[in-house]
Amino acid sequence: MPTPLLKTDPNFHESGRRFFRDFSPGDDFYEALIDAHNGLSDEQSEALNARLILLLANHIGDLRVLREALQAAKAAA
Amino acid sequence: MGAYVNPIYPYKAPTDLKATPPLRKPLIVIGAGPVGLAAAVDARLQGLDVLVLDDDKTVSVGSRAVCYAKRSLEVLDRLGVADPACALGVSWNIGRTFLEEDEVYQFNLVPDAGHKRPGMINLQQYHIEEMLIARALELGADIRWQHKVTAVTRHDDHVTLTVETPDGTFDIEADWLVVADGARSPVRRHLGLDIEGRVFQDRFLIADVIMKADYPAERWFWFDPPFHPNQSVLLHKQSNNVWRIDFQLGWDADPEEEKKPEKVIPRLQAMLGDDRPFELEWVSIYTFQCRRMTDFRHGRVLFVGDAAHQVSPFGARGANSGFQDVDDLMWKLALVMKGQAPDKLLDTYALDRQFAADENIMNSTRSTDFITPKSRTSKTFRNQVLALAKHHPFARKLVNSGRLSVPSFLTSSLLNTPDAEAFEGHMVPGAPMDDAPVHRVEQGAGQDAWLLDQVGNHFSCLLFADAVPSAEVLAQLQALQSGPLPVVPLIVAPRAIEVPGLKVVVDAQSWVTKRYDGKAGTTYLLRPDQHVVARWRSFDNGKLQQALARATCN
Repeated sequence: MPTPLLKTDPNFHESGRRFFRDFSPGDDFYEALIDAHNGLSDEQSEALNARLILLLANHIGDLRVLREALQAAKAAA
Repeated sequence: MGAYVNPIYPYKAPTDLKATPPLRKPLIVIGAGPVGLAAAVDARLQGLDVLVLDDDKTVSVGSRAVCYAKRSLEVLDRLGVADPACALGVSWNIGRTFLEEDEVYQFNLVPDAGHKRPGMINLQQYHIEEMLIARALELGADIRWQHKVTAVTRHDDHVTLTVETPDGTFDIEADWLVVADGARSPVRRHLGLDIEGRVFQDRFLIADVIMKADYPAERWFWFDPPFHPNQSVLLHKQSNNVWRIDFQLGWDADPEEEKKPEKVIPRLQAMLGDDRPFELEWVSIYTFQCRRMTDFRHGRVLFVGDAAHQVSPFGARGANSGFQDVDDLMWKLALVMKGQAPDKLLDTYALDRQFAADENIMNSTRSTDFITPKSRTSKTFRNQVLALAKHHPFARKLVNSGRLSVPSFLTSSLLNTPDAEAFEGHMVPGAPMDDAPVHRVEQGAGQDAWLLDQVGNHFSCLLFADAVPSAEVLAQLQALQSGPLPVVPLIVAPRAIEVPGLKVVVDAQSWVTKRYDGKAGTTYLLRPDQHVVARWRSFDNGKLQQALARATCN
């Protein structure tokens, strides 16, 4: 089995910014994510999530990583 | 087993406080809760006369605040009550989070060794208050029970209070007033001062249960457990066989109905899963807000603790941040009252603690939003974080069942002198000091000790040295102690050295050197509340004096 390429260790960070607590960068992202859905209907939220996945998938680009991510998401259900 | 019996403190008629014209006291503290009492103890340690007024005659009824974080214990060490608190309290570092029946995430509050105090102790609020009262009285604080402040009038250079007692009403004046009268703060309301933020639409049931149980001393948090489906539950061990259990009920729950023992007992039985005997010591239903006053300072009136800011309970950031308010305020107030620093130093109390309050509100709001999602999408994300957390470390880090109280890094404080040289690690200007084990050198004998116990209550200068400093530096270090703003030097050496007239600690295991990136010559200037305020790679008395002036607004 090839070495996995998908990062599943904590990886949230921001260049030039110092975090004194290890939970802070992940919490920053999570808050931004939930805030982005504020005031949206369930349908609008679903659509937002779809657009977000597409943007991030293109940013990652590497199809092997994306296949692993799809696999991991399915496996955790 | 047995329920706690509240002590009754004696009422003293205010014959010595009544006068025409009114008496003028240098410092009055309103409120004898944990935060007001800590302020009174700290005032006495700073040599200030202090009068404490409280409308009640006992300590907290019911346990209320439970968790005291490591930084609070360090503050309580400085105040002289951490030993009894830790002796009676339940120390813990591990928190476990469960989804349904499975553990999904575990945290350790103090993953690295080398700290005097544990990550957290659990102790009923009434015990902490009793300890602080004993300490305040021992230090000569004047505490008056059944003295209710009904009016406060602000003047440029003092305040006038109207006080109601069983023997009638009288006026008294104070040069400075510290307001620690709690979340509902009658003084804040009386002065018409605003406090703004967010109300959360959820209700929680607190039960303090007396029972024999052998669960470990850990924080256990459940999302959607089988015994309380679709809601969260939190379990904490307190002292003397008292356990705190916190059930999320939802906004539609009827608070009066849910408080009844016939409703509470079946919930507990379902959770405990057996027929072990237990007694209810305390039951209450709470809702909460995350909000703060716009300004913690109003001239001669300084707000601390819940009176100034409130958070959700997930994270134990209430009483803990109140102790940090006192820690920040009292040395500044003492310097101003003694004429050693200008009045504007107290503005930095407001700025620094408002910054900290915002951080506490942000963290406790995030926890609350994770625990009680406000929309379907938010709930989906929460549940899928929990699902991924079973397999993937990154998702475990996102699980937010409360980010437990840690002190703020006051990196934007106006009192800091910014670094001009490079350093490794977290001990930046504004950082709350990391503790470390050391040996104290006294008359040639080494003694185990802790770094934080060597500093505090006054400015300190930490100098890392591998040999006795030059005669010139030595003379400057000795002179620091007798300046108008005394700074107490402390030499940190890798092995025992004799330095005439100065205290030395030996950092045999290099804990201090590592945490402070303490290459030989490195010098730290430390605030009386154990925060870094400036640092350099070599000792320069001129730079140190400039930084000291800056740290005191002089």
